Amino acid sequence: MARYDRAITVFSPDGHLFQVEYALEAVRKGNAAVGVRGSDTIVLAVEKKSTPKLQDSRSVRKIVNLDDHIALACAGLKADARVLINRARIECQSYKLTIEDPVTVEYITRYIAGLQQKYTQSGGVRPFGLSTLIIGFDPHTGTPALYQTDPSGTFSAWKANATGRNSNSIREFLEKNYTETSGQETVKLAIRALLEVVESGGKNIEVAVMTKEQGLRQLEEAEIDAVVADIEAEKAAAEAAKKAPATKET
Amino acid sequence: MESVFGLVGKDFAIVVADSSAVHSILVHKTNEDKIMLLDSHKLMGASGETGDRAQFTEYVQKNVALYQFRNGIPLTTAATANFTRGELATALRKNPYMVNIILAGYDKDVGPSLYFIDYIASLHKVDKAAFGYGSYFALSMMDRHYRRDMTVEEAIELVDKIISEIRSRLVVAPPNFLIKIVDKDGARQYAWRESIKDAPVAAA
Repeated sequence: MARYDRAITVFSPDGHLFQVEYALEAVRKGNAAVGVRGSDTIVLAVEKKSTPKLQDSRSVRKIVNLDDHIALACAGLKADARVLINRARIECQSYKLTIEDPVTVEYITRYIAGLQQKYTQSGGVRPFGLSTLIIGFDPHTGTPALYQTDPSGTFSAWKANATGRNSNSIREFLEKNYTETSGQETVKLAIRALLEVVESGGKNIEVAVMTKEQGLRQLEEAEIDAVVADIEAEKAAAEAAKKAPATKET
Repeated sequence: MESVFGLVGKDFAIVVADSSAVHSILVHKTNEDKIMLLDSHKLMGASGETGDRAQFTEYVQKNVALYQFRNGIPLTTAATANFTRGELATALRKNPYMVNIILAGYDKDVGPSLYFIDYIASLHKVDKAAFGYGSYFALSMMDRHYRRDMTVEEAIELVDKIISEIRSRLVVAPPNFLIKIVDKDGARQYAWRESIKDAPVAAA
């Protein structure tokens, strides 16, 4: 009979948990995901790697809702994501059943992170190979929130963050360009950030917007294309403005 | 002592329940809501042991919500009825729920439907159903006056006739009733029929 008491995640002599670090490598290979928190809007944008022609793209939803007021996007092993998302959805309903109140964003983030941590300290299992971006509005105060978890089980709140492929470049961009935004401006900022590393076009990005009143709304390809066109126009105008005084001087 | 009944109309279904919460000889309150909204287009009226009623209907409601989040589409009324019956059946020979249920729902392809689910896990799809001592009067009135494809006004007229019979003929008749309706626009409260008014209290 197989014995599941052999831990797979053990300390190295210099204090590393290599399995967790390898899991983070898996995350770094996953598709880029960006989350931006505005004052009344929170946006998740995820890179859509080119869909095979015969695949029904509607069956590959990268941004999912956990409850009416909470949504999640992730980078890394999608199969692991399914398991985590399912557990989180059950927990959202179970919490509502016992407490009679919807979960707070922090609670469900702590739950998911706790689950990820458990799998770094149990026998016979490997860590989940994904980092999540969790967004939502506090059910009582209405404050927007964005949280990130990673395979080690740590979590923290962010104004804007990225995970997955090239997340460092995206985070750099966000650190340079983040301002308090609201409504459509938040959507633009998220898409601009993602376009730093992704080929532009509605076909390559999946965007979802969460507002307190309407909950989660997935943007249509046409809407995304419109915002991308806006962004390109702004970029072109900024380029033109930079070039124009230079030529005058020469 | 508790009465719950329901009927199917032209493109809607109605569930009516009394609203008294009674413990032995004491009436705790007369504005108890015993008809739970399971989701946007489903109503579950329940009668029986108070704790079981709340516990079981809330459990079904949360599972209906979970299904929707997992699958992106709502459960059909038929599926919900079968799920509910299954849960009652599983618990029956260990730790039974003493709850009688009338489930009403509206599905786009099927229209309105009504299900009778009793505490020993019988399931019947029906046009009209009733539980409790009031069922003696409700079923008789419905047998006499119910027709397929009634309009909302006609159905409410019948409901009022039934309530009037229960009030006049049942020795410990509940004073107040709550009527809820479900149609293509969703499930919602339709009206109260009160003969005693409780002082309003914030919900638990």
